[in-house]
Amino acid sequence: MAMERSKFLFTTVAFAALALYPFAAGSFGIDLVTKIMVYAVFALSLELLVGTTGLVCFGQAAFFGIGAYATVLLSSPTDAPSLAWLLPACVLAAAAYALFVGALTLRTKGVYFIMVTLAFAQMAYYVVHDTPLGGGTDGIYLTVKPVLGGLLDLDKPLALYGFTLGALVAVFGFLALLGRSRFGRALAGIRVNEQRMRATGFSTYPYKLAAFVISGGIAGLAGFLFAVKDGFVNPELMSWHLSGAVLIMIILGGLGHLRGALIGAFAFALLQELFKSEAIFGDFAKHWQLGLGLTIIASVALLPRGIVGVPRQWRERLVGRRIATTEVRHELAGPPPRVNFRVRSAEVPNELA
Amino acid sequence: MSSPEVLLHGRDITRRWGGLVAVNKVSLALVRGRVHAVIGTNGAGKSTLINILSGEIEPSDGQVALLGEDVTRWSQPRRARAGLGRSYQRNTIYPSFTVFENCRLAAQARTPQPWVWWRSAQRCEASTAAARAAAERAGLSALLDREAGLLSHGQKRQLEIAMCLATAPQVLLLDEPLAGMGAEETERMLALLAELKHGHAILLVEHDMDAVFRIADEITVMVNGAVIASGTPDAVRNSSEVRAAYLGEGH
Amino acid sequence: MDLATFLIQCLNALQYGLLLFLVASGLTLIFGIMGVINLAHGSFYMIGAYMAYALAPIVGSTFGGGFFATLGVGVVLAVLLGYVLEWAFFSFLYQREHLQQVLMTYGLILVFEELRSLLLGDDVHGVKPPDILAGTLPLGEMMTYPVYRLFISGVCLLLALGMYLVFTRTRLGMMIRAGSANREMVQSLGIDIKFLYRVVFAAGVAVAVVAGMVAAPVASVYPGMGNTVLIICFVVVVIGGIGSIRGALLASLVIGVVDTFGTVLLPQAAGVLVYVLMALILLWKPDGLFKAG
Repeated sequence: MAMERSKFLFTTVAFAALALYPFAAGSFGIDLVTKIMVYAVFALSLELLVGTTGLVCFGQAAFFGIGAYATVLLSSPTDAPSLAWLLPACVLAAAAYALFVGALTLRTKGVYFIMVTLAFAQMAYYVVHDTPLGGGTDGIYLTVKPVLGGLLDLDKPLALYGFTLGALVAVFGFLALLGRSRFGRALAGIRVNEQRMRATGFSTYPYKLAAFVISGGIAGLAGFLFAVKDGFVNPELMSWHLSGAVLIMIILGGLGHLRGALIGAFAFALLQELFKSEAIFGDFAKHWQLGLGLTIIASVALLPRGIVGVPRQWRERLVGRRIATTEVRHELAGPPPRVNFRVRSAEVPNELA
Repeated sequence: MSSPEVLLHGRDITRRWGGLVAVNKVSLALVRGRVHAVIGTNGAGKSTLINILSGEIEPSDGQVALLGEDVTRWSQPRRARAGLGRSYQRNTIYPSFTVFENCRLAAQARTPQPWVWWRSAQRCEASTAAARAAAERAGLSALLDREAGLLSHGQKRQLEIAMCLATAPQVLLLDEPLAGMGAEETERMLALLAELKHGHAILLVEHDMDAVFRIADEITVMVNGAVIASGTPDAVRNSSEVRAAYLGEGH
Repeated sequence: MDLATFLIQCLNALQYGLLLFLVASGLTLIFGIMGVINLAHGSFYMIGAYMAYALAPIVGSTFGGGFFATLGVGVVLAVLLGYVLEWAFFSFLYQREHLQQVLMTYGLILVFEELRSLLLGDDVHGVKPPDILAGTLPLGEMMTYPVYRLFISGVCLLLALGMYLVFTRTRLGMMIRAGSANREMVQSLGIDIKFLYRVVFAAGVAVAVVAGMVAAPVASVYPGMGNTVLIICFVVVVIGGIGSIRGALLASLVIGVVDTFGTVLLPQAAGVLVYVLMALILLWKPDGLFKAG
């Protein structure tokens, strides 16, 4: 119970801080934190897939990019489009691609699933990169930002900040409710022991597909926000580097916790700013990926439970033993498949060994 | 006396892997109120048979009928929803969930209602009630809040059974429920199985011969995928083929 | 398309497919034997290409050797690199979950890219093939085909055949296969499994490096080439089926054909075609063409 309360407290304080931040910050700060909050929405979408359901997707950037591109492609170059239809349309576009990819890939598992999701994200990347549909490598500009009736003009940074914060809180709340609902518990069961889920009578495929589509839609929402903020989209929004980055965000923050996605997005963005900072690294700053790469390796090796798990790690070190927990991530359980070096006529499975 | 109610019927079940025949024309019937044990040496095909009955493997030939319906092409979840429960030889539980949540999630399969996303699963009366009932029946009421991974081996085996019961099945396929258990735990489990007989049809795959001969109403003996004997415990004990192939001359 | 052009494209497709197969088999080898998914495998290919560019003048001035000497030096360096990398980094990944392996090797890609940027810069380079292989063979009446491309195909075939023979016909190969099936048993038989894994890893690295070196005159040397080839290797594995060498070969050749003819016939869609192919195959066979044992 104390754990629940401290989680709730942390989240409330974090959102309150975000709400108050614009009053203290300058335009650079507001712009930066808006970007981080968009990343946080993006990270939350992946947390639903990886953290809750145990599906390691390496192609999340595709849904993000589709949301972003849809924003620009569906907006007219002259009139401000209305938020009321544009936002749902972008979310649906991303969700539609997620439905397509999920239908083709969710019957696979483990490493195969990782590879095939990456490949499908590359497919989307090449569509916008090579064909005139996406404006090619130059990208496209969003000339007029969307509005909501007379209430909200997302062209104004403060309005966009507030809207993004609202979206973040809404997504966080939605996922929190979803997580404790029957659907969410079923997803957790699929992550921990899919075999038992099937043995008790759950058809696991529709659940996984639903999670995949919802996750894609939320990533599309993040893409929408990003496109509105930057006013510009290019194929790099679908690059696998972005898929890798969002994966790192949730691991860095702590897998299996919604606030891990928040923390991870902030930590990652701040680390990026740090390594890119010429003030600290001078000329070397253009090789910022080196620092980032080393940090990724170090954090995965040393902080297996992410930043969220640090208090527990310290407690364990103080107490001198592991606090009993049997959280085992089964999503990629099982021995690696053996490579066929000879042609065999009868494939005999292990059960008979 | 009313005729025996056959709940699960396997007819001429055959499974081939390439040139190897793992299960060779095995037929058996599970009747309500009786325990049907399947015994055999390692590699006899017992695991494959139980996997075919549960729906995890497709048979090369033969039919499986559950409560009168042909379920040969049905997936495992579909059979489970129709009343088929299964426990595994290796603990197939949710180690990081509490005992209560283990049972509740299993029971949820009966009333999944996934679209009600705003309501907490703990408020689902059907699954929480079924969970408590199943845990009580399996003797785990005192351990509801314990993390399942921290249970002793025997308690985990009890949880396996509890999760089976949580879905209110009519047929139980139990794969070596006594595996790795000490004497006292075995007694407890046998008492539970004797109690469960009433109202369920039970298939029991086991290696513990004493337990099998105590509790089974019917025994099928498999060697190299085929049935070499099938009948009451006495008939099996006295069968010369079984003696030769399995029990050894000392019996 | 006349016959000569068609033949040229076929040979190009074969060459590209075999090159892909070589790189993909290194990836599959490491995954199949040690259970490690290595995203940085593409980086080894890139390292090979940059080595072909950077080592050539050094080898030329030190030994007076040419292309083949550079290739030899490159192989030695690659084996050393693989050996050290396995000892210092990859041996810690064997017991970890795939997600952790993915992320750690992703971090490694970034490190390799930046190290290359620091040491050799970000420019695109060309590498000249050796003079004895720089000629062309006549094809039909008016067309010719570069000998060097045939050389690439030849090298790939030879290496693949060599790996196959080592794994199926030698004691070393037998020990490696046994080690992948049952690590503890092999250890208790007194065989040094750690050394075996190191050898396998070094071989996988060397194969990718050689592929890069040999491809450099044809594919040119540019940043990001490693990532491109890695993702196509993933597509090879997805189409071919994970763990199946047969599948990887077939998939590589099919991709070679689709990519080569796609670039000629539908240049705008060329990049996407391979993925469309993958999607179609997954529709038909969700686990890839061949499912390994």
